[in-house]
Amino acid sequence: MAANSHDQGRLPAPYLTPGSSSFMDFLSTHAPEQLPGSRPLPGVQGAVQAPHGTTIVAVAFAGGVVLAGDRRATMGNMIAQRDIEKVFPADEYSAVGIAGTAGLAVEMVRLFQLELEHFEKVEGDTLSLEGKANRLSTMIRGNLGMAMQGLAVVPLFAGYDTDRSTGRIFSYDVTGGRSEEYGFAAVGSGSVFARGSLKKLHRADLTEEQAATVAVQALYDAADDDSATGGPDVARRIYPVVAVIAEGGYRRLGEDEVTTVARTVLDGRLQLPNGPLAPLV
Amino acid sequence: MTTPFYVSPQQAMADRAEYARKGIARGRGLVVLQYADGIVFVAENPSRALHKVSEIYDRIGFAATGKYNEYENLRIGGVRYADLRGYTYDRADVTARGLANVYAQTLGTIFSSAGEKPYEVELIVAEVGDAPEDDQIYRLPHDGSIIDEHGSVAVGGNADQISAYLDQRHQDGMTLGAALRLAVQALGRDGNGGERSLTGDQLEVAVLDRTRPQRRKFKRVLGRRLTELLEPPVEAGTGSADTPDAASDGKAGGAKASSAEDDGTADAADD
Repeated sequence: MAANSHDQGRLPAPYLTPGSSSFMDFLSTHAPEQLPGSRPLPGVQGAVQAPHGTTIVAVAFAGGVVLAGDRRATMGNMIAQRDIEKVFPADEYSAVGIAGTAGLAVEMVRLFQLELEHFEKVEGDTLSLEGKANRLSTMIRGNLGMAMQGLAVVPLFAGYDTDRSTGRIFSYDVTGGRSEEYGFAAVGSGSVFARGSLKKLHRADLTEEQAATVAVQALYDAADDDSATGGPDVARRIYPVVAVIAEGGYRRLGEDEVTTVARTVLDGRLQLPNGPLAPLV
Repeated sequence: MTTPFYVSPQQAMADRAEYARKGIARGRGLVVLQYADGIVFVAENPSRALHKVSEIYDRIGFAATGKYNEYENLRIGGVRYADLRGYTYDRADVTARGLANVYAQTLGTIFSSAGEKPYEVELIVAEVGDAPEDDQIYRLPHDGSIIDEHGSVAVGGNADQISAYLDQRHQDGMTLGAALRLAVQALGRDGNGGERSLTGDQLEVAVLDRTRPQRRKFKRVLGRRLTELLEPPVEAGTGSADTPDAASDGKAGGAKASSAEDDGTADAADD
């Protein structure tokens, strides 16, 4: 272990240097090889084949936000994994869903979770929601070299702002550009179709249960038209991951709850395969 | 150039130890006790912002007495050590024993290096296990030694009297309220046999609670919850330590019906 490699097992100087509350800053001075963005890139021409995660949607409701993701990872035309999880708690009041290269995304989420926890432990207080969103921006920017080789990671960040008592959504591009989204957002290969669906279904006065249903509807529409997005798998009982972040903190919907929502959506589609009808005017 | 006086190594070490001990004894007392559901840290500390007790990792807590800048430095070093280790391997691979070793090496090296002043700190590193037998408490004095403690431990000013008092009265399987009240009685005793009564405002209290559903077991006990725990239980009541806060316990997931001691405060970070 690094701590034992210098000076008779005593904690090396970077451990005891005051100043930074960021775990990433500490890594970059003490163990830069562990930072995802600072590894030398191999000189490979063209895109690298690796499992990719697909669609993530976020839906704001009165008093919080719902973040949901489908369960498919694809590698080219192959389904690499049918039960991957792409929505993770970032800390108690925020969650992150990731589209793009699955391996890098999972590592990035681990580091992001740790970054928030580390700050909280060192400072004795949590980062503001904006602060968290900015940290995620920095991490995405660090991955730009990989993104240019086809290994992009694009997150969707949703959290409950305890100062304003509302749910908020932030979307990102591959360069780390961050923008706040109002109402709803979607990322990933099926996001175009999901966004179309969200546009018609989202209303400002949704309840928590309705918001979860809207999210599952949008994922269904994404899976309907995008081969890389997985729909509800009734035979294997694989349903989307749906997380709610509200005043009480992060909560992932239990298997029973998600099954109920997904079944309701599926039953509706048996009558209307294209989903609920929105009024014309 | 002047010729330095000869000082024997024994004398030099004794002087350094004396210096560190005096610094530590000036601080206020701090006690750590095992109770049925975990480990409770109680420090006499009127400050709400400058903590003596903190979270290091999922199951590991840290308490220190002595010079603030020195133990704060060690605390942050410990958080960095634990987080890096958990990131490199797995969260389960971060242990209090490993951390206590690193602290002992650090304190020992500083203590015996002639160029540095010895740290005037005494640390406690505690880890809560799945059962009371698995709990670990390590005390780390200024010179880099490690003492593996069981049941109760006191550091800081007046530590000898406080630990003698605790040793006689501490029992395994105490409720949180009983352990906390014992800790406060012990901290309130001064060297001349007098007693002070300490209120919630003068105390910093935190627990490592093995029954917490979250991964992170560390939780500060604050405000109303602390006041309720400090009040002696009503004699006539059947459930000895049942305080009336069970009704207000609205947090999802943390519903431990067996004992009102278990839940009720917001998490450490919220307050």
